[in-house]
Amino acid sequence: MAPLDRANIDTDAIIPKQFLKSIKRSGFGQNLFDEWRYLDHGEPGMDVTQRRLNPDFVLNQPRYRGAQILLARANFGCGSSREHAPWALQDYGFRVIIAPSFADIFFSNCFKIGLLPIVLDTNIVDRIFHEVSSTEDYCLTVSLENQTVTTPSGEVCTFDVDMFRKHCLLNGLDEIGLTLQYADKIKAFEEKRRTEQPWLFA
Amino acid sequence: MQTLYDKLWQSHVVHEESDKPDGMALLYIDRHLVHEVTSPQAFEGLRLAGRKPWRPDSILAVADHNVPTTERSHGISDPISRLQVETLDQNCAELGITEFKMNDLRQGIVHVIGPEQGATLPGMTVVCGDSHTSTHGAFACLAFGIGTSEVEHVLATQCLLLKKAKAMQVLVEGKLGHGVTAKDIALAVVGKIGTAGGTGYAIEFAGSAIRALSMEARMTLCNMAIEAGARAGMIAVDDTTIDYIKGRPFAPKGELWEKAVAYWRTLKSDVGVTFDQVVRLDAAQVKPQVTWGTSPEMVTTVDGRVPDPSQIADAVKRHDMERALKYMGLTPNMSISEIRLDKIFIGSCTNSRIEDLRAAAEVVKGRHIAANIKLAMVVPGSGLVKHQAEQEGLDRIFRDAGFEWREPGCSMCLAMNDDRLAPGERCASTSNRNFEGRQGPGGRTHLVSPVMAAAAAVAGHFVDVQEIY
Ligand code: SF4
Repeated sequence: MAPLDRANIDTDAIIPKQFLKSIKRSGFGQNLFDEWRYLDHGEPGMDVTQRRLNPDFVLNQPRYRGAQILLARANFGCGSSREHAPWALQDYGFRVIIAPSFADIFFSNCFKIGLLPIVLDTNIVDRIFHEVSSTEDYCLTVSLENQTVTTPSGEVCTFDVDMFRKHCLLNGLDEIGLTLQYADKIKAFEEKRRTEQPWLFA
Repeated sequence: MQTLYDKLWQSHVVHEESDKPDGMALLYIDRHLVHEVTSPQAFEGLRLAGRKPWRPDSILAVADHNVPTTERSHGISDPISRLQVETLDQNCAELGITEFKMNDLRQGIVHVIGPEQGATLPGMTVVCGDSHTSTHGAFACLAFGIGTSEVEHVLATQCLLLKKAKAMQVLVEGKLGHGVTAKDIALAVVGKIGTAGGTGYAIEFAGSAIRALSMEARMTLCNMAIEAGARAGMIAVDDTTIDYIKGRPFAPKGELWEKAVAYWRTLKSDVGVTFDQVVRLDAAQVKPQVTWGTSPEMVTTVDGRVPDPSQIADAVKRHDMERALKYMGLTPNMSISEIRLDKIFIGSCTNSRIEDLRAAAEVVKGRHIAANIKLAMVVPGSGLVKHQAEQEGLDRIFRDAGFEWREPGCSMCLAMNDDRLAPGERCASTSNRNFEGRQGPGGRTHLVSPVMAAAAAVAGHFVDVQEIY
């Protein structure tokens, strides 16, 4: 688990705009938090192994290498709707983000790609921040099935998740496919709308 | 009794699990706006799944984020940007989607052209892979930004699975002072409730001060609902709304117009309905706003001072403030008017419409930008705005004052093209986000209204626009 002790982390910081020029969906992980993670300025196409890492940035500390859970402060993911932000977090290797609150668009984008955002009470998040900084190899266990986060001391915190979203995540369901099961209903709605508000279809 | 948000929501529900009132609903989408940055992966996903767009005629596409704002006859020089714009062109051509291409007079920022064309109409659900889609709520639309997976979902199904938000009313009563604009209301609201204050809410702006705003000013306000954390902002229909729409290319005509107007007039919250939260603001008390930090909520008035972190008790807040001041290169307690600027940017989907340009031109008319201003630029929101401004001679006023007059697009709002700040440069910007690096790595952004940006250009530092015009 990696702690990123900062509130209001925006999606511009998670993945800066120059990387949004890509027409692909993958490969954003190497530029996750680019401006904080590297000392030099990054542009698409650069070989990141040649770039200077910022030793002060938390993700660059050896003890947090390979972390799959990111711990952050309130309003994580605010700003732009870019799904490149969750893509980058996921591509980097994160599977879960824990914070006291998330911005709405970011929150729903995460579920669409199979990244789990977990809201925990500010006090609990605060405590985990303290524990992780004072404990090497601090490890949290997350169970989506049971909706729990378990700390190394055995403390169990529960979290809420929408039933439908949980179901989709656990079963890896394709939301578009699910919606298309209602194709007849959508068509019927559309026809009614076409009759009542024909100007919308002109 | 229903709020405007309830009405808009309810009229678009296609399917709902009736046993779970708080669950997800399938909502029908009337208008889908598309731009080059957040759509390529969605079109690709559609293709890979062997799917087709459900209703191509509901889509309007435009390239705005990546396009150059200088001479365009040679196309886009950056090959990666060019590929992204060409990919949009190809997808639209292949799938029969209406697109305003780069050299079309109607090209511009997606949130400027939708309303300008009458493609945004009251009562619609409007989505776009862009958080500032909230802009369109000025027309009593349910309009909100979506991610790329949702773009693909709308392309494939014309619907979105959504959870209903709570309703917040932001009530602004009274009369705005001279030189105080919708931008100042927006920043004052964000300052008051914070960037997460509207999270989980849809905001309806109401009150006499809102009714007095023009459509363009209302768009500025709804544009920044997302900066308060609310995915959607909206304003009820009135004569101002209807007058604005009349005669626009995509707007209904003749008999349909009458029918549409009759329906549109019902798009307001019922009198006496209760909101989940109400925030009040006295318009007469709102002063010109200037942000000092790296979040839109870090804002004060032009006659104010940079805050002092040592006065803040909350450790997380204090730490954020110290960090922001360090990034911004400001000292605690210095007065806002001492802040000297390097660049001026008038543009973005928040403030690049004709009224914004007129107001800014009024301030710079017969004056010149200060010697310390390295670059002052005006980037109109669309080709049509630019054309109109030129008809009115605004381009001359700006040029004579030392401004550059550019081609339409997002430009230095997010600096994806060549328009950007150098590290450490300080900019008075009419855009909507002052995040670290937003206008270029290491760049320092102060968000203000167009008249305040114009006044700062002339003075070289922030001044109360009320003092100079
Ligand atoms: S002008 Fe700025 S905020 Fe608006 S759509 Fe373009 S990049 Fe986004």
